[in-house]
Amino acid sequence: MSVGDMSDRSITPSPAAPKDDERLRRVGRVSRLLNRPELGAVSGLALVFVFFAFAAGSSGMFAADGVMNWLTVSAQLGILAIGASLLMIAGEFDLSIGSMIGFAGMMIAIPAVFFGVPIWLCLIFAFAGALLVGFINGYIVIRTGLPSFIVSLAFLFILRGLTLALSILFSNRTIVGGLREKAAGDWLAPVFGGRIGLGFFQKLAEWKIIGAYPDGSPVVPGLPMVVVWWVVLALIGGWVLTRTRVGNWIFASGGDAKAARNVGVPVNGVKIGLFMVTAFCATVYAACQVMEFGSAAADRGLLKEFEAIIAAVIGGSLLTGGYGSVIGACFGALIFGVVQQGIFFAGWNSDWFRVFLGVMLLIAVVFNNYIRRKVTGER
Amino acid sequence: MKSLSRKLAYGIFAVAALVTGASAQAANERFVLISHAPDSDSWWNTIKTAIKEAGQHLSVTVEYRNPPTGDLADMARIVEQAAASNPNGIIVTIADFDVLQAPITNAVKKGIPVVTINSGTQEQSARLGALMHVGQPEYDAGFGAGKKAKDAGVKSFLCVNHYITNPASVERCKGFADALGTPLGNQMIDSGMDPSEVENKVAAYLKANPNTGGILTLGPNSAHPTIRALEKSQQAGKLFFGTFDLSPEIAKAITDGTINFAIDQQPYLQGYLPVMALTLNARYGVFPGNNINSGPGFVTKQNVALVRKLAGEYR
Repeated sequence: MSVGDMSDRSITPSPAAPKDDERLRRVGRVSRLLNRPELGAVSGLALVFVFFAFAAGSSGMFAADGVMNWLTVSAQLGILAIGASLLMIAGEFDLSIGSMIGFAGMMIAIPAVFFGVPIWLCLIFAFAGALLVGFINGYIVIRTGLPSFIVSLAFLFILRGLTLALSILFSNRTIVGGLREKAAGDWLAPVFGGRIGLGFFQKLAEWKIIGAYPDGSPVVPGLPMVVVWWVVLALIGGWVLTRTRVGNWIFASGGDAKAARNVGVPVNGVKIGLFMVTAFCATVYAACQVMEFGSAAADRGLLKEFEAIIAAVIGGSLLTGGYGSVIGACFGALIFGVVQQGIFFAGWNSDWFRVFLGVMLLIAVVFNNYIRRKVTGER
Repeated sequence: MKSLSRKLAYGIFAVAALVTGASAQAANERFVLISHAPDSDSWWNTIKTAIKEAGQHLSVTVEYRNPPTGDLADMARIVEQAAASNPNGIIVTIADFDVLQAPITNAVKKGIPVVTINSGTQEQSARLGALMHVGQPEYDAGFGAGKKAKDAGVKSFLCVNHYITNPASVERCKGFADALGTPLGNQMIDSGMDPSEVENKVAAYLKANPNTGGILTLGPNSAHPTIRALEKSQQAGKLFFGTFDLSPEIAKAITDGTINFAIDQQPYLQGYLPVMALTLNARYGVFPGNNINSGPGFVTKQNVALVRKLAGEYR
């Protein structure tokens, strides 16, 4: 898989190469577009949108605050899915990211609330701590040769347990609140909890493009930073994966680690680095959530590791590694977010929620695979 | 393969048509009740019965929504989302004030009538701009239970917390401990939701702390396995045992003498009354002037017969 994929990318002419190099196979713009791994996810997304346009079109799902609702949910999951898909392409799993969200949240909240540490320092501390956990996670996988599934499963419990134990130890509570007041005036806090484009959304409300409250302020006061982080991380992740040497290393590590080592790819470094990336992504998620809600809780991020993997798989990443795309994973997260929230908008009985969710996801993945096979001619 | 995609498309349109058809029929007022309870919490069945019956009696639609894993940040998203769908009213638990503050106040700002139920205090409800609160003050209820235990001569206790991440459950244990005048500490255990785990954790705690005088469980999820643990170790009826909430098993244990009392917060009222109040508000502009305390009511051996046949559905 990886070999085919790498040659795919090498035929994309780089600007520096002479235009009529006879070694380059000419590929039309359209077929190049159709060959991208994220195509299936895009079609799946279109399908989901059509479905909910019928099922929930009049429910407010596509009004400004409705859109912001499923977009925020998708953005949170998308941030996780970026890390998860990169690691999955490199042939490993990290099941500890859900627990990492709760743990990172507490790393921000406990120092801030109980030791009076300024928020910016808490955020830096949390990121440093998360990167360390990611490093340990990856290092154990590499050194023991155990499947990452097992190692990160252990960390799923260790981190969740630590989160609960430490929050009870320091605060005798499982939800640490009161961060909103502490974050006021902090220079780093708005990077995670703030909103941008305030004036723009105000104008949109004045022009009646989006709804407004009776007092004239827009129902969506701005673009939450979690969405900005999602877009930025997706662009960086997508660029690294498809346009840089590190990207080739990631594909090679997941395709055939032994062969990759033989040609000089630093497989261990790549894998450990990507475990750190997943921990980083989980911490971005946690920081945005803690800053938005003003509190950290021991059960935040429950089961999110599976949702992130689902998003990556919907987005075309192979569970066996060596194939996939970051942008696809983002579309996968968008499908998941739209379906998950759309079911609420459609007004279905919540007893059946998970059945609908499962069925819709299955349809999206089957459809996505079908389109991809058809277009790429894969069997 | 072409026929497959066509079939798929037909299927989707059929389902979509069905769904839109179904929602078009319910042209009356639509309310959304949002709880913090994970899917596995059976206590909420009574509320589901209440809103279903209220919906039928008043010809309104009431949707029940909850975060499947009990994650309160997910719950906040559901509140935002309910507000975006422009219902005639929102009924919501104040599981955590910090987390829910922004979504609930935004719904109020949008002009959607909000009633808070169950968790949270009346002051918090007022600060959020809700019309009223229907519930039972958690700390006070725990404190009341603790006073009963103290009168019975209990000095040390075990609080079986099956939902430790919810601050309201910790409040209950804390109220109980304060009434007894003992520090909380290790006397509260994180039992988890799985019945066999709860049972074994309780059994292990009682074995390690044989001098425990009383037990407080926070609902059916922790009470049922605790009853079994006591029965297995033949301690049923020997320990002072109080619990929150009712279920058929708890009612039976009260009759048997295994459980001394259950604190009933009468969830049926928490489901039914807000729907009724919001409907009357939407139709005639009338609304009660005060908050409503649906509990605490103590169910003991004396009044359990009355309660018993309704347990699990209405009580």
